[in-house]
Amino acid sequence: MNLVQLNPPSPDPKTAPPFPAAAKIDLRDTQLRRNIARATDTIQRKRAALVEEKKDWQALRDAGAAIRREALRNLDGYLLQFEDRFQAAGGTVHWAANAAEANRVALDILREHDAREVIKIKSMTTAEIGMNEYLAQHNVTAHETDLAELILQLGGDQPSHIVVPALHKNRQQVREIFARSMGLPGLSDDPEALTAAARQYLREKFLRVKTAICGANFLIAETGGVTIVESEGNGRMCLTLPETLIAIVGIEKVIPRFADLEVLLQTLPRSATGERMNPYNSIWSGVIPGDGPKNMHVVLLDNGRTRVLRDGIGRQTLQCIRCGACQNACPVYRQTGGHAYGSVYAGPIGAILTPQLEDMRHAQSLPYASSLCGACYEVCPVKINIPEVLVHLRARVVDRGRRKLASLFDQERAGMMMMAAIFASSRRYEAAQRLARTAQRTVRHGDAWYHWLPGMAGRWTETRDLAPLPQETFREWWQQRRRS
Amino acid sequence: MRIALFITCYNDTLFPRTGQSVVRVLERLGHTVEFPLEQTCCGQMHFNTGYAREAYPLAKRFVEIFADAETVCIPSSSCVAMIREYYPALARENEDAGMAAAVDSLLPRVFEFSELLVDALGVTDVGAYFPHRVTYHASCHGLRSLHLGDKPLRLLRAVRGLELVPLEGLEQCCGFGGTFAVKNADVSAAMLTEKTRAVLNTRAEVCTACDNSCLMHMQGMLHRQFAGVRTLHLAEVLAGTEDVLG
Amino acid sequence: MVAATEAIVNGPGMSSRERVLERIAKANSKAAGVPESIPRGYDCGSTQSTDETVALFERRLQDYDARVFRIRSNEIAARAAEILQSGHRQRIVVPDGLPTAWRPAGLAWIPDDELSIDVLNAVDGVMTGATLGVAVSGSIVLQHGPAEGRRVLTLLPDYHLCVIQAAQVVETLPEAFARLDSARPVTFFSGPSATADIEMTRIKGVHGPRFLDVLLVED
Repeated sequence: MNLVQLNPPSPDPKTAPPFPAAAKIDLRDTQLRRNIARATDTIQRKRAALVEEKKDWQALRDAGAAIRREALRNLDGYLLQFEDRFQAAGGTVHWAANAAEANRVALDILREHDAREVIKIKSMTTAEIGMNEYLAQHNVTAHETDLAELILQLGGDQPSHIVVPALHKNRQQVREIFARSMGLPGLSDDPEALTAAARQYLREKFLRVKTAICGANFLIAETGGVTIVESEGNGRMCLTLPETLIAIVGIEKVIPRFADLEVLLQTLPRSATGERMNPYNSIWSGVIPGDGPKNMHVVLLDNGRTRVLRDGIGRQTLQCIRCGACQNACPVYRQTGGHAYGSVYAGPIGAILTPQLEDMRHAQSLPYASSLCGACYEVCPVKINIPEVLVHLRARVVDRGRRKLASLFDQERAGMMMMAAIFASSRRYEAAQRLARTAQRTVRHGDAWYHWLPGMAGRWTETRDLAPLPQETFREWWQQRRRS
Repeated sequence: MRIALFITCYNDTLFPRTGQSVVRVLERLGHTVEFPLEQTCCGQMHFNTGYAREAYPLAKRFVEIFADAETVCIPSSSCVAMIREYYPALARENEDAGMAAAVDSLLPRVFEFSELLVDALGVTDVGAYFPHRVTYHASCHGLRSLHLGDKPLRLLRAVRGLELVPLEGLEQCCGFGGTFAVKNADVSAAMLTEKTRAVLNTRAEVCTACDNSCLMHMQGMLHRQFAGVRTLHLAEVLAGTEDVLG
Repeated sequence: MVAATEAIVNGPGMSSRERVLERIAKANSKAAGVPESIPRGYDCGSTQSTDETVALFERRLQDYDARVFRIRSNEIAARAAEILQSGHRQRIVVPDGLPTAWRPAGLAWIPDDELSIDVLNAVDGVMTGATLGVAVSGSIVLQHGPAEGRRVLTLLPDYHLCVIQAAQVVETLPEAFARLDSARPVTFFSGPSATADIEMTRIKGVHGPRFLDVLLVED
C-alpha cells in the first residue's frame, strides 16, 4: 500500500466543531500538550534572545507594518505590476477567484505536461484550498517534501502550526510513522537518523519528479520576483530541478519593492524560527535561461481575501507574513495546539483570519478563543493588532446574531442587555447590587463560598470557587463614612 | 491633589476593601479623594464580548462624569486599558465628535493606581508595613497595554516587612479574559492551572496584582484546592501599616 | 485549456482576473491613495570597522559549523588543494567564469557543461565564488553569474567550497540589498541546510550541501 496516497481532508471551518468543544478533547492529550509546550518554549526563547540583541527591532516592525499596509492599500496596482514583470521574464500569471479555480488551473497545467506526480514545498495556501486531496481525486500524487509535512502526510495527520507543522509529534511518534511507511523497521528515534531517512526517501523523488508546486513568502511588484524562505533545501530542490513549477500565492503576498525585503528578511526569520537568517532564501523572476524550470506559473488566489480587505479594522489581518510568532506566544494555543482551531490557520492569526475568509458565516467561535492577553500583538513583526481585530470580529458575530429572532432567548445576550440597562443609571445599579445581596441571603448562610452556580456561571464553578458578595459595597461604605 | 476615584463596577460590588485601601493610601499621603456617585461601569465587559453598541453609552457616561476631574484614579489596569485604547475608537466609530474631544482631554488625567502613585505623585514608599511573603502577578493589561513595568514592584519593595518573591512565567496570562473564563472554561482552567502552579511554587502567602479580576480567577482555583494562599489587590498590601494590617 | 476553465467558472465576459481586480478596487475604495511612506528608521549602514565586520562574518559562519580559512589571494589554489585533498574530495564541479588560477592541479575539475542532475548528484563537491557576504546573519549571497553558476550547482553536491573576498562582506542586510542586482536571481544561504522539525532539535544537512568551507580572501 502506498501510504503517500493518504490525503486526509484539510480541516474545514465550515464543518469543524466549535473551538471550545474541540479544545476540550485536545486538552486531555497529555503527549500533545507536552510536545507543544516544549516546542513553543524553545522557539520563544530563541526569538526573545535575537530580538533583544536587535536594537532597531521596533523600527523594523514599524517599517514592516508600513510596507505591508502600503501593499494592501494599492494592491491592484502592485499585482498588475508583478504580473507584467513576471510575464516579461517568461513566466505565466493566472488569477483564481476561489479555491476551486486555483485547483483547476493547477490541474490543467499538470495535465498539459502529463504529470502524474508532483513534489511540493510546504504551503499553507495549498493546504487552505485542499489541493492535495483535489489532486489525489484526479489521480495526481503530491509528495510533500518539507520534513514536517512529510511526517504529517505519511502519518495521515494535519498541520498544527504555521512554521513547524508537526510540532505536536515527538520523536517516537515520528519514528513509528517513518518505520512503517518507509519500510525501515530498524530505524532509531534519533532525530539525526530520522532526518537522514527522510533525506534518502525524498532524494529519489527530487531527481525523478518533473513538476513541482509551491507557495511563496513574497511577490515583488517592482521586479516580478518570487521569494521563498526555507530551511531544509527541499524548497531549492523543487524550485530548480523540475521542468515545471506552479506557485499558488495569495494576492496579499505582494510587496512593492525589492529592497523591502531588507526589512522583512530581518523580521521573518527572527520571528519564525528564532534565527538571524534561515538557511536558504531564493528570489527569482519568471524563467531563468538555462537554470531551473522552463515553465513557470504563478496562480494569484483571492479565496475570500478581498472580503477581508473590505473591513476597515479586519484588513490588517492580511499584513500577515506567516511567521507563527503569535502562535508560539499565545497562551491558548500553548494549551490546545493547532487542531482545535478547525482550520489550517491556527492560533491567534487563525482566529482572526479564518472567520473573515468565511465571511463570518462559519468559525464564529474563533474570535472568542482568546483571553485578549495581547502577547500576539506584542510579538507580531508587522504589528497586526490581533486583540483589536478579535474584539471587532466578536462585535460582527454579535451583530449578525441581533438579526435573528432566536437571539431574544440567548442567555448571554439577555444578560448583556440587562447589565447594559443596569449600568445606564446609578440608581438602577445600586438597586441591583442590593437585590443581588438579598437574593444571596435566601440561598446562602454565613460567608461560605460558591462551589456551584447555575447557567453559564456554572462553567466558572466547574474548576473555581467564587467568594460570596460582601455585606457592603464600596459605595455604601463611602456614603456611610461621609455621613459619620 | 484632588483625586476622583473610579472604583469600577466589580471592585465596588465584589471587592470593596480594595476601594477602601485606595482611599486609605491616598489620604495617608495627604490627598483628597472624591467619589462621584453616578459612576457605574466603563463598558469593558460589553465591548470585549462583542457588544460594542451597548458599551458606547457606558463609555460616554464615564467621560461625562469624570470630564472635570483633576485626576482620575482607577484601581484596575484592564478598565484603564479599555478607556485608553478603545474610547477614542468608540467615539470615532459613532461619529461622536463631542465625545472624541472629551476623551482626548480626559485621557492624560486618567491613571491606574500604581501609575498614579509612581508617575503622577512621584512616590514609591507609601509608608506601608506588611510582614508577609508576597508574589506579584503582572496582569496582561498592566503589562502590555499600560506598560506598568516595575512600578508595582518598586512600590512593593518599599514596603517594610514584606518579602517579595518573583513569580515564574510573569508574562503568561492567568486565563481570565472576562467572558473567556466561561465561554472557553476548559482552556481557561488549563491556563489557570499553570498560573496557580507557579504561584504555589513561590511559597508566598499572598499573591498581589493591580487587577482584582485576575486575582478573583486565581483565588477561585486556590480556594478550591485549599491551597493556603490569599490574593490581595496591590492597594490592600500598600494600605497596611503597623497600626492597621492590610 | 486554462482559459477554458476560467470561462466555465466565470461565465463569458468576465475573467477571474477582472473579477479579482474589481473586488480589490471595491474593497480599497476608501483606503487606496497616495503611497504610504515607509519609516526607515532601522539600521541601514555599518556600525563597525571592516575588520570587525569580517570577524563577525567569520564567527557567524563558524556558528553554523562552516569552516572559514582566512587567506591571501595568491594562496587560493594552494589552500583549496589542501582542503579538498584532506577531505578526499576529487571530483569537483566548477561553474563558468571561475578563475583557472583558483583551481589547483591534481584534482578532477568538472566544468559545468549542462551537467545532468544525476552527474551533479554524484560529484564530490562544488567550488564557486560569491556575490557578497552579510556579517550579522552569516549569509553568503549568490546571484548565479560567472564563477557562481546555475542554482543547482550549489544545491545537489554535498560539499561546497566558496571563495569570498573580505571586501564583499557587508555588515547588515540593508547594505546587502543596496548592492544586489534586483534583475538577477538571488540565493542566500546562511549555514548548511537544517531542520528543527523534530522536537525542535536542530539537525544539519537535510537536502542542501551538508558541508561548507569558506575561503575568506583578505587582500
